[in-house]
Amino acid sequence: MNQTIEKATVLFAGDSGDGMQLTGFQFSNTSALHGNDLSTFPDFPAEIRAPIGTVAGVSGFKINFGSVEINTPGGKVDTLVAMNAAALVKFQIDLKSNGMIIANINGFDKRNLRLAGLDESRDLLSEARDAGFHVVEIEITKLTREALKDSGLSTKEQDRSKNMFTLGLVYWLYNREIEPSLLFLKEKFKSKPDLLMANTKVLKTGYHFGETIELFSNRYTVNKASLPAGSYRNIAGNEAIAIGLISAAAKAHLDLFYAGYPITPASDILHELANRKNYGVRSFQAEDEIAAIGAAVGASFAGSLAVTASSGPGIALKTEALGLAFMLETPLVVINVQRGGPSTGLPTKTEQSDLLQAIYGRNGEAPIPVIATRSPKDCFAVAFEACRIAIEHMTPVILLSDGYIANGSEPWRFPKASDLAAIHPNYAKMNEAYLPYERDARLVRSWAIPGTAGHEYRLGGLEKEDRTGNVSYEPENHQKMVLTRAAKVNEIAHHIPPQEIDCGPETGDVLIVGWGSTYGAIRTAVLNMNKQGISVAHLHIRYLFPFPMNLEKHLRNFKTVIIPELNNGQLVKIIREKFLINAIPLNKIKGLPFLSIEIEDAVKEQLKG
Amino acid sequence: MEIADLLKPKDFATDQDVRWCPGCGDYSILKQVQSIMPDLGVPRENIVFISGIGCSSRFPYYMNTFGMHSIHGRAAAIASGLKMMRKDLSVWIITGDGDSLSIGGNHLIHLLRRNLNVNILLFNNEIYGLTKGQFSPTSELGKTTKSSPWGTIDHPFNPAALALGADASFFARGLDLDTKGLRDILLRAHAHKGTSLVEIYQNCNVFNDGAFAPYSNKSTRQRSTLLLEEGKPLLYGEDANKEALYIKDMKVYSAPLESIDAEDLWIHDSKDAMKAHLLSRLFDPYTEDSLPRPFGVFYQEDRLVYEEEMDKQLHTSIQSKGIGDLDSLLQGRNHWTI
Repeated sequence: MNQTIEKATVLFAGDSGDGMQLTGFQFSNTSALHGNDLSTFPDFPAEIRAPIGTVAGVSGFKINFGSVEINTPGGKVDTLVAMNAAALVKFQIDLKSNGMIIANINGFDKRNLRLAGLDESRDLLSEARDAGFHVVEIEITKLTREALKDSGLSTKEQDRSKNMFTLGLVYWLYNREIEPSLLFLKEKFKSKPDLLMANTKVLKTGYHFGETIELFSNRYTVNKASLPAGSYRNIAGNEAIAIGLISAAAKAHLDLFYAGYPITPASDILHELANRKNYGVRSFQAEDEIAAIGAAVGASFAGSLAVTASSGPGIALKTEALGLAFMLETPLVVINVQRGGPSTGLPTKTEQSDLLQAIYGRNGEAPIPVIATRSPKDCFAVAFEACRIAIEHMTPVILLSDGYIANGSEPWRFPKASDLAAIHPNYAKMNEAYLPYERDARLVRSWAIPGTAGHEYRLGGLEKEDRTGNVSYEPENHQKMVLTRAAKVNEIAHHIPPQEIDCGPETGDVLIVGWGSTYGAIRTAVLNMNKQGISVAHLHIRYLFPFPMNLEKHLRNFKTVIIPELNNGQLVKIIREKFLINAIPLNKIKGLPFLSIEIEDAVKEQLKG
Repeated sequence: MEIADLLKPKDFATDQDVRWCPGCGDYSILKQVQSIMPDLGVPRENIVFISGIGCSSRFPYYMNTFGMHSIHGRAAAIASGLKMMRKDLSVWIITGDGDSLSIGGNHLIHLLRRNLNVNILLFNNEIYGLTKGQFSPTSELGKTTKSSPWGTIDHPFNPAALALGADASFFARGLDLDTKGLRDILLRAHAHKGTSLVEIYQNCNVFNDGAFAPYSNKSTRQRSTLLLEEGKPLLYGEDANKEALYIKDMKVYSAPLESIDAEDLWIHDSKDAMKAHLLSRLFDPYTEDSLPRPFGVFYQEDRLVYEEEMDKQLHTSIQSKGIGDLDSLLQGRNHWTI
């Protein structure tokens, strides 16, 4: 029976070596091309090759896709693909009460049970069936080997294709086309015809298996979503940041310089930009985090759009140089793809715990604009905006993303290059005497570039005299310069869009204020509660420092302000301090994003009061 | 170029008061640097001085070029980013023994191996001057300072060996008071394509006075210093009493000049890496019978220059893929229209 449903959540899970990330990524791309709205969430271990078959070694990829608006990778899962016992152990808890488990029973033998830390006598799948789940047992490993028995490939090589069987099977189950993945395989294995043949064959075998074997009582159709008209692509957060940076450089007529040091989950930005040399991008893998930001400061001095990215520990190392960039008043974009902290923390898990570091974490009085992206596709606009502020206001800017956004993906209605606004560097006027710290009405100094005769100037980290930039230890001058630099950054609030309510009423009982990657979960919760007639609105802050001028007005239009954050209460501290409002924190610090239901429950609890 | 030709050393001085202690070796180095500037043939606006933190790092304020007095140890990293984006600029890094061999050690060795075309002037005074007299990574073992009242137990760096170990493509040693020698070295450092590391022995007359006296005092310098001259034998000592260096079984010996066959003389060849390594090991503390300390250009090698390779990759990429089109980047490989 073919059943049409609004949305579905599928979780592909297996051992780190089972290729589940690739499987999930293929399923997402195909669903995006199919016209669904979607959101994805990869969840993989920090270890490159965690011990095989163990729960610690399980790699998962979750996708929520639908014909309706999708804002999160979903809550409970409809279909869990479990390639081994450990995968089921880890993710069974995430299944809906009547959810489906597609189990590769070759991954549930005694050895796999033992590796998953279970007694060898357990029959996990019977237990799951007894618990009310719909269990579909398939010998995926065996069927893959069967399909490839004449391929000439070794058993090990054959087994590597078993994820394609899974992909084909789930394509069939959800009525997807397999062509996009066939094209992908053709590209990926263009120089390895035997692997191309094997993967293609197994993908088709999986699909046909679904068709011929009557294991599934239902087949599902998820129709196209009614997204606004336009051109779309599927995009992940780090990729969108890279494209935003390249676009901003083009619109400012500046060369792009990117320096980074490998760190999870920011490295993909470096990879992406290293592969864009034909866009004039110079990427530099530095010897350490400090060198990366140092080189970026040098590139900024050279007259380029300079960018560096890292995650919490790396940002900590960059702090001193960030202070220098602030003192030099030179354009620089510093991206923090946050992960669980403190210290090395949870490298592959998500968190929002670097907000206070971003806003306050420097020696001396060094306010730096901070803006945050809320979703994978939003990364493009926010990266572009970070560059605009840095260049037009001659300041370093911190962009906050996180691991959830960096690796997650969703459809993006991409703009035309010609629709992007120009960015205007504040160049020093040629043939005029140059005073490096003379300011315009926005308190912005002008930018003189080496190579311009008559503009030779020296600057540095020592306190400088107003206008001339000469070293100065004068007490009055220091106070004046500290206040002037602060006023300059505060002035940016007049050059950003006003804060808007994302959804829900303009005034009412409850306002949920979020920032960053909690966007989707909060929006889903609020839309759902609005349907239930609850007076709740959602406001999401992009500009965290300085705040939009009208933010306070919105906050005062509601009886209660709740601030959900994936930290121990950081934005809530700032809001309470700045506006003397009794904002209520809602904190989750598990390395995982909020589920919309968690936010819904908290609001209802609050209203019960 | 014409304008640069007309400039005088004083055109490279700024209106800022020079604030080093009276008698500091930095004055002499500043003077030599200002004096060679007109000879480089580089317009003033295309010259950039980048420094870190320390006494020497005040240097950029006194040069009427573009300049940045940055943060401790990071000048090499900052200059690297600058040079990658602007290979047209003549970039000079001003640093000290604490700045580049202690807090900035990592950036120094990585700059040397990458070989960007920049010049590093490392003012080595074997002491922390700006913080008032703690031992530095080049202070001699056992040195008593405020932070080492019982004498240091830190084995000092040998900057020449460190540089060559990091595959520096140019290493030279100069002395603040040897104005002629310094001038020659600076010009050769500028002419070298790649990272030129110039270690300059600089006397801190307040906290480490006389650290290099054996190499500057009239009474000892002929005996204690070895002037490296291209294509010439390595000789030292008084004119009447010349000693010559020679190599035997990969070890360095000295003997009276007249006692050595001409073909056994060590002829200085700055392209010879093995000999440069041996020169770098002539590093024993000065005594009356120690081998002399070499001054001049130890080593110079032409090898790939980082920012040029970076440019080549850029151009190759453009040749093979075409100049990047923003719209095709925005739309990606797979897109659809609603």
